[in-house]
Amino acid sequence: MSEITPEIVAEHGLSEDEWKLCLEIMGREPNLNELGIFSVMWSEHCSYKSSKKWLKTLPTEAPWVICGPGENAGVIDIEDNQAIIFKMESHNHPSYIEPYQGAATGVGGILRDVFTMGARPICNLNALRFGDVDHEKTRHLVSGVVSGISGYGNCVGVPTVAGECEFHSSYNGNNLVNAMAVGLADADNIFYSAAAGVGNPVVYFGSKTGRDGIHGATMASAEFTEDSEEKRPTVQVGDPFTEKLVIEATLELMQTGSIVAIQDMGAAGLTSSSFEMASKGGVGVELELDQVPMREEGMTPYELMLSESQERMLVILKPGMEAEAKAIMDKWDLEFAVIGKLTDTGNMVLKWHGEVVGDLPIDPLALASPEYDRPWVKTERPAEIDAASVESNVGRIDALKTLTAHPNFASKRWIWEQYDHMVMGDTVGRPGGDSAIVRVHETNKGIAVTSDCSPRYCYQDPHEGGKQIVAETYRNITAVGATPLAVTDNLNFGNPERPEIMGQIVGCIEGIGEACRALDYPIVSGNVSLYNETNGQGILPTPTLGAVGLIKDIDKAASVAFKKDGQAIIVLGETKGWLGASRYLEIICGREEGAPPLVDLEAELKTGNFVRAEILCGVDTCHDISDGGIAVAVAEMAMAGNIGCSIDIPANVEQAYAWLFGEDQGRYIVTVDADKADAFVVKAGEAGVTANIIGQTGGSDVVLGGEGIGVAELKDLHENWMPDYMAAGE
Amino acid sequence: MKAAVIVFPGSNCDRDMMVGIEHSLGRKPEMVWHKETELPDVDFIAVPGGFSYGDYLRCGAMSAHSPIMREVVKKANAGVRVLGVCNGFQILTEAGLLPGVLMRNAKLKFICKDVHLKVENASTDFTSKYSAGQAIRIPVAHHDGNYFAADDVLKSIEDNNQVAFRYCDEAGNVSEEANINGSRNNIAGILNENKNVLGMMPHPERLCDAQLGGTDGKPLFDALVEALS
Repeated sequence: MSEITPEIVAEHGLSEDEWKLCLEIMGREPNLNELGIFSVMWSEHCSYKSSKKWLKTLPTEAPWVICGPGENAGVIDIEDNQAIIFKMESHNHPSYIEPYQGAATGVGGILRDVFTMGARPICNLNALRFGDVDHEKTRHLVSGVVSGISGYGNCVGVPTVAGECEFHSSYNGNNLVNAMAVGLADADNIFYSAAAGVGNPVVYFGSKTGRDGIHGATMASAEFTEDSEEKRPTVQVGDPFTEKLVIEATLELMQTGSIVAIQDMGAAGLTSSSFEMASKGGVGVELELDQVPMREEGMTPYELMLSESQERMLVILKPGMEAEAKAIMDKWDLEFAVIGKLTDTGNMVLKWHGEVVGDLPIDPLALASPEYDRPWVKTERPAEIDAASVESNVGRIDALKTLTAHPNFASKRWIWEQYDHMVMGDTVGRPGGDSAIVRVHETNKGIAVTSDCSPRYCYQDPHEGGKQIVAETYRNITAVGATPLAVTDNLNFGNPERPEIMGQIVGCIEGIGEACRALDYPIVSGNVSLYNETNGQGILPTPTLGAVGLIKDIDKAASVAFKKDGQAIIVLGETKGWLGASRYLEIICGREEGAPPLVDLEAELKTGNFVRAEILCGVDTCHDISDGGIAVAVAEMAMAGNIGCSIDIPANVEQAYAWLFGEDQGRYIVTVDADKADAFVVKAGEAGVTANIIGQTGGSDVVLGGEGIGVAELKDLHENWMPDYMAAGE
Repeated sequence: MKAAVIVFPGSNCDRDMMVGIEHSLGRKPEMVWHKETELPDVDFIAVPGGFSYGDYLRCGAMSAHSPIMREVVKKANAGVRVLGVCNGFQILTEAGLLPGVLMRNAKLKFICKDVHLKVENASTDFTSKYSAGQAIRIPVAHHDGNYFAADDVLKSIEDNNQVAFRYCDEAGNVSEEANINGSRNNIAGILNENKNVLGMMPHPERLCDAQLGGTDGKPLFDALVEALS
């Protein structure tokens, strides 16, 4: 008699074809435990079935890459036998349903991915996207997400040093919470997840297993509807104190030489961790599920396999090392249990008080998971917008004021002052700059980190938008004087079953790949979050990138703040006045349209190399030009340094607003002493880099072509928007 | 100076404290695990910040009953200098070494930023390298730093010069606006009656190194090293 009805199959999110494949692999009808495992392993979240074909096209290698995608996180070499391990991951769906816990456990999960490989986490970042500021849920979501990140990150004692926060109506029903963790490890002591050694014990440590988060991965692989709030029980609950203990215990265990392989239990919990470890190692595994430490009574094998309880680790130990490992867990008051052993059967056998309750072939299930070539249509690049055709009856200072106080420009101090960004005592570049810089403990080296995305460019032209994000992270890392090394991608999109969304995915990935290849800047880890739709309304394509760079001498790092009066302000890179898809067009003119700016990767590389070299030779003030163009960039530099500036608009410029607010790519602003400015411009020219002196620092106003505003007034607008906005909801 | 730093399971500023002390002392302090029942022979004990037991219960309430804290109390009563920073301050109040309590910040949010402190009492072993009335810049990072004591307790603290630091503005004015967390009398740090125990919410160990943006915390450790050598 069949216990699995078509309804049960559908509830587990398997399509008809996938169910057929499941029957084929099993050679019989699976029981409920086995079906549950198929369901999570083949979910979009775990299998990447819609994106795999395209992800394979990304460049992942460079001489400094120790480990690219496929492990828990990416690993790069920073010399001196040191490695940086990092990854970004989304927790979008849970954070919408339950903002505090959703965001908190997002931080916990990404930290585990990093320390699982042997790294001590040294900083966190987060990229947040919320709906329109006037939408009724936005404040509640901002408040919950920020306190969730703060509550978790602060307690584990890892500084949260950088991030971004953007508002747009397309996120009304699907906010995005992308969390990134960066860790530091010994390059010769990296830990991997491939299980090995038949007979070796499978050991569980950390928290007990409860009923939280069952089917979280499946939930994260479907669109939202109005009743999504009912899915709240699928959200996990975080315990940062235990996470702190698990970090310390894991790092201590790693010093004993007893570990063969290790993996955290993240999405799809015990199922995916044990399957992935066995599958990568080509071994079988037998689990005694009744040995799993349980938080509540009456839990079933099905629940134990699918629970997403947090702060749990799975490790394959060398034989005979159990007692030493247990002593470490006892010291840290953590659960420890031998829950099974590796076998040579190639199967996963699940036992419950001695009785077999599941028996599945590992390789076919893990490796033969579906891979789709979903139909897609290319997003056509829209017409370019002629700056002369843009109506501009708003004065330049009014425009600057409006932009400065706009939610997408205003200071996010309200957010980052709730994050402990200084703990661990190595934050040498605090939040608010182009990149944050974290010193490598007990050295003079610094790790520069940033996260970026320009969804509005990606929406208009996914390919060019994808290139632009890579270039922007490259510039942000460069602008502090660091060498960009590698990238992690967190691809957030709508429903891939719709060809136009699939077209966005394909376009963005192609653009990202092209730029990463050109800049020798590989993707070493990542995560895909699809089905970010509510009632058929998808988000703007949001492939967030997190990037890491290295500066060998932190004393040479540059920052955005103007440092002194009377310095020449120089723009590097070419200014034509590109207004298509710009913030000026969107916010000042109310038009979200037009082809986004083009990214010249060859120029990007040349300018970046020049800027970096000059910073290492003494330039101490640098800012990349991005949203809002030259005007916003100099205003930000003035506000950061409490020093004004005067900008001269070149006489041959026809539309001053386009020159001031245009978003041409590949540009930086630097300041140099006035008497050295001409020589600097010549030197740039010799390096093939366009350089123009556009004004000088000094005074207490930001003056743009003769019209000015006080730095203090601008700063009030910039600093007050967010606290005022959040206070209005209290 | 012989120094020790107490390490609780959720301490996360223990390394920062170690490094901060090392900047002034020239060598690392001993790190003492909270399950220990004996302290080494020391003349300075630091209880660092963090979330000692996750702070799911009242902050510091569980740590105050840790085996090592009995020893810390004994030493403090015998005159050994004890510094509690942030969560360490909370632990010292829970352990009864300092009067008053630390409540949730008035605006109910975690605050991490540089603040200014007015040095109120510059004639202790902790503060002798500052001058009275000086405004120093030190970071805070806490959710529960809102100092409260009953009127009579507050009066005796004030009368006995037990206030070490108050929140102030850059110019040293002790104002309502500068009171970031709602503390009574803008109190940021207090001493015990004998002035050998100091608890403070701001983190002096975070600004002992110019690369981190300032060194206003360093004189505190310099003063201890000088007093105890």
